[in-house]
Amino acid sequence: MNKGIKTKFITKDILKSSIIGAFTKLNPRYMMKNPVMFVVEIGFAVTLLLCFFPNIFGDEGNNLRLYNGIVAVILLITVLFANFAEGVAEGRGKAQAQSLKKTQKDMQSRILSDDGRETVMSASMLKKGDIVLVKMGELIPNDGEVIEGIASVDESAITGESAPVLKENGGDFASVTGGTTVVSDWLKIRITSNPGESFLDKMIALVEGASRKKTPNEIALNTLLVGLTIIFLIVIVTLYPIAVYSGVRLQISTLIALTVCLIPTTIGGLLSAIGIAGMDRVTRFNVIALSGKAVEVCGDVDTMILDKTGTITYGNRMAAKFIPVGNASEQELIRYAVISSLKDDTPEGKSVVELGEHLSGLHQEINPGMEFMEFTAQTRMSGVDLSDGTRIRKGASDAIQKYVQELGGFIPKDLEAQVNEVAKLGGTPLTVCVGNRILGVIYLKDTIKSGLVERFARLRAIGIKTIMCTGDNPLTAATIAQEAGVDSFIAECKPEDKIALIKAEQSEGKIVAMTGDGTNDAPALAQANVGIAMNSGTSAAKEAANMVDLDSDPTKILDVVEIGKQLLITRGSLTTFSIANDVAKYFAIIPAMFMAVIPQMKVLNIMGLSTSYSAILSALIFNAIIIPCLIPLAMKGVKYKPQRSENMLSHNMLIYGLGGIIAPFIGIKVIDLIISPLLALLGL
Amino acid sequence: MLQIILILVIFIALIIPMGKYLYHIAVDQHTFADPVFNRVDNAVYRICGIEKKEMNWKQYAIAMLVTNVIMVLVGYLILRIQALPILNPNGIGGMEPSLSFNTIISFMTNTNLQHYSGESGLSYLSQMMVIIFMMFASAATGFSVAMAFVRGLAGKTKSMGNFYVDLIRITTRVLLPLSLLIGLVLVSQGVPQNLSANVTVQTIAGKYQDIAMGPIAALESIKHIGTNGGGFLGANSSAPFENPNVITNIIEMLSMMLLPGSCVIAFGHMVRNRKKETKKGKEKKVLIGSEAKPIFAVMLIILIMGVIVCFAAEQAGNPILKQIGLNQSMGNMEGKEVRFGIAQSALFTTVTTAFTTGSINNMHDTLTPLGGVVPLMNMMLNVVFGGKGVGLMNMILYVILTVFICGLMVGRTPEYLSKKIEGKEMKLTALGIIIHPLLILAFSALAIAVPAGLAGISNPGYHGLTQVIYEYASSAANNGSGFEGLGDNTYFWNITTGLVMFFGRYLSIIIQLAIAGSLMIKQPVSESIGTLKTDTRTFGISLFMVILIIAALTFFPAMVLGPISEHLTLWN
Repeated sequence: MNKGIKTKFITKDILKSSIIGAFTKLNPRYMMKNPVMFVVEIGFAVTLLLCFFPNIFGDEGNNLRLYNGIVAVILLITVLFANFAEGVAEGRGKAQAQSLKKTQKDMQSRILSDDGRETVMSASMLKKGDIVLVKMGELIPNDGEVIEGIASVDESAITGESAPVLKENGGDFASVTGGTTVVSDWLKIRITSNPGESFLDKMIALVEGASRKKTPNEIALNTLLVGLTIIFLIVIVTLYPIAVYSGVRLQISTLIALTVCLIPTTIGGLLSAIGIAGMDRVTRFNVIALSGKAVEVCGDVDTMILDKTGTITYGNRMAAKFIPVGNASEQELIRYAVISSLKDDTPEGKSVVELGEHLSGLHQEINPGMEFMEFTAQTRMSGVDLSDGTRIRKGASDAIQKYVQELGGFIPKDLEAQVNEVAKLGGTPLTVCVGNRILGVIYLKDTIKSGLVERFARLRAIGIKTIMCTGDNPLTAATIAQEAGVDSFIAECKPEDKIALIKAEQSEGKIVAMTGDGTNDAPALAQANVGIAMNSGTSAAKEAANMVDLDSDPTKILDVVEIGKQLLITRGSLTTFSIANDVAKYFAIIPAMFMAVIPQMKVLNIMGLSTSYSAILSALIFNAIIIPCLIPLAMKGVKYKPQRSENMLSHNMLIYGLGGIIAPFIGIKVIDLIISPLLALLGL
Repeated sequence: MLQIILILVIFIALIIPMGKYLYHIAVDQHTFADPVFNRVDNAVYRICGIEKKEMNWKQYAIAMLVTNVIMVLVGYLILRIQALPILNPNGIGGMEPSLSFNTIISFMTNTNLQHYSGESGLSYLSQMMVIIFMMFASAATGFSVAMAFVRGLAGKTKSMGNFYVDLIRITTRVLLPLSLLIGLVLVSQGVPQNLSANVTVQTIAGKYQDIAMGPIAALESIKHIGTNGGGFLGANSSAPFENPNVITNIIEMLSMMLLPGSCVIAFGHMVRNRKKETKKGKEKKVLIGSEAKPIFAVMLIILIMGVIVCFAAEQAGNPILKQIGLNQSMGNMEGKEVRFGIAQSALFTTVTTAFTTGSINNMHDTLTPLGGVVPLMNMMLNVVFGGKGVGLMNMILYVILTVFICGLMVGRTPEYLSKKIEGKEMKLTALGIIIHPLLILAFSALAIAVPAGLAGISNPGYHGLTQVIYEYASSAANNGSGFEGLGDNTYFWNITTGLVMFFGRYLSIIIQLAIAGSLMIKQPVSESIGTLKTDTRTFGISLFMVILIIAALTFFPAMVLGPISEHLTLWN
């Protein structure tokens, strides 16, 4: 989970812009979007008014002006804290957008007209369908498809990956992104998006949070918070006449203080920050979620469809075992296998050297007299001729057998059985011979990416089913599936099988996630509830998906799912905390309100708060400072450990529910101890 | 205390088979009594011309509303013209318009708030044609909507059922037979059942006294079976003719607990995922469906807590009376019947408000302040079993709320019974939860702010506030018990409580049906170990806390100024 770019939690720039933002966001038109905090702002306005004209609502009491002033200041700070939280979350995204924007500076581009003439014009004038020529060292002006040429392109501006990628016409390598640089040769590109709609534009808008829409869960939670706010407003508004009947004339600012304490300001103030931070966490993994909803849906994923090659396995076959045949020894086999692979730069060759040296403990050097043969499709073998005339070959079993027989050698009886055994396990057998003598078989295996077995176990712990899709035969597929620990697999899988599988899972009410890159994955990506396209993939795939992984690392889907869950857990936990806080606040403020007229009420003052004023102000101050205290939690998300839902619920309920009941009792008491001597000095 | 435990045990033993029976009726499964009732029902369908067409939630709600409105109109007319000499041996006059409005709303909404006294306010025709009829009709209405609601939640059918069919099935198969049985038992214990005029007798003291007569047993049985609570006589179940002895007292308590308790059991059966539970061989015999367990546990725990508090407070007696030399070892017997004592009275008080019946066997006005908190709290929560069916529906609102919060905490879009809880459901749930405190607090605040309201308060100070809040809590919860002492037969009180009863009943029901209707058509989501389980202890505790913090604490300020202040001053 710590793979993302590590930055300091808060930088000076972010701090500065957030503080400024906290004030500019006080604009009521902006505040109205957050009803809970809007109520606090109205409360601030009223108490501010009462600070200058303490008696307009007929309030009585000594030092009323000062008291109202203090309440007004605390309310203002409460709103500022909430705005600040949002600012910090946005700031982190903005910093990233800034660096993206640098690549978007105005560039010139060469447009080719139908008759082949070149015209130079500003990139911002380009329309969809225009054809441009981009030469070495130039920026690609906008998203497009390569229609002619072959070139390497540096995509580091978007992906952060410094190695250039090859782009050519046709296939999976035709799509290019605006803002990337051609570093060799030239490309003729058909532009596929209008100005302002490019991938880069979308990314900037997303990370800036400008186009952030409230997600369905956020809307539902917001509805709940508004509902609670209304209930508490009813409580407070009706409390005034009820108190008057009982002979208590409550001060307006005290009623406002109680309102602000009871309405869920903690979650109300942090809600949008949590959402923005969730998107930001995804972005930090170099995954661009095309909507907040997509991240949220990830939390609900029931089934994950993963391609075998590239996602579960490295896609390269690696040496796993040396199996001697006939009268050869394992040491002998290893020695010759390693020598034959010394100059073999393919991953398979390297892995043979690595494993061989590891097993034998010997290190082999390349001698100048060695003559290496490359693998060709005709010979289907590679090898080396030593200076003493020894010929070592390794390759497909039937090719080696033919080679040995031609040299007059014979085939060991157990070779056939060993080769079949390896094939049965889903591996590739490489047969090794020296001269006309067959030494044995190298077992090349499709290797599972490191750490994946544990990740799948994590997924199983939270009830997510994993299905592996592969073009391999059922036997090979079963071996890999068992080794990786996926729940099921589909062998000899065609693209249409994937769609059928997704549809079947969805008809059972399951939420399906998948990754894909090729054009033929596009329909499946669109059908899946969560589709993550690889940035290296075709633009059709990217368009169909709801997330794009800039690093083109299919295993990222696992991280994104956890981030989605964490986002929801953070929201739920802070809501619980916010609501649970009310218990202590009731016990702080209600006795304080009535103690003067009904002295017996002091029994309810279980915290033993010193005076009415200090009780009310302590509760209000606690309510305000809890917001910045929880900003780090809102940004980073609640700690997430995969486990059964019951355990997760009890765990979180204990911390945020029970903790939410207890914490304010302690907090309010401590604040009371600090502020009561100060208030006494002020004469309150 | 032993008698209280015994009654609770019998209660649980009774509702398990009764809940299963209700379940069979709700899902139209075969029951032992079908041969008889099918004929009766079919005859009714034919006479009324009822087509058994399936309804969606809107059609169901409209059918329910229209049926109730027609009943209200006919009932109102009868109350106004009851002076006619039909079944009116005592020569009772017509009822005043605002009181008629209040009475008819009160009985149609299953509230049974009475601003009149039965002996002097109603003719036998009105008692039978309006009061007893409404007691059946409103109870059956409550059951029907609850069944439709649960069908929606269970999502096993494509429709919410047919209101008319539900109404008739419940009446013929549950309410009528049970009422007949209980009625006969009550008659055997001395409850009158006749149409004679009141008898005037000369007492030993030489004074003259009217002895009330009438079809009391008939009313008494459905009054409790249907959790109605409106007495034939002004003194309700504290009058010897309504509730002669401890046996009838226990029967009456059990009758009002029976059906609301069974509703929870029936709910458990209706939403049970049979496929999941039959995996291990043959179908298990289920007493309480797993989904109903936490709900039932929370209801039972709040009920028991209420009984304990009420019993302890009443047993502690009144310190002021002690100071002036009155022995309080029997507890606070003011306003209680000697034949029932503290235990039977405290239990009756708790039960009648928890199950929102509203009949009383002691004067709630004279309960100790803390003892009075219990009935008040029960009505403010309105989820401690509650009235037939509607209590369960109210509880489900809090379940949805809890599911939403807990669901987020396990990192998934919240889902209940395999249906996602989204913006629309949350909006309706929030509305449904707001209505209750809004009605109680806003009208209470109004009443103590205007002279017309203040005029009704007979006991100024904290107790007067409690009287007012109690009256509206009783109306909003469709309970109907009176704190008494309030001079409530005035235009102000008749009209405001009438409105509170009306909105408290129908707004809630419509919102709840809308929630069920919305959940019904959603595609069920699949369940895994990552899904929030709503049948666990943790969920039960969470539900309890949500009810405590959101439902109970809402009324904390008002409670503090009313009964809690009264208690604190009394004991200091």
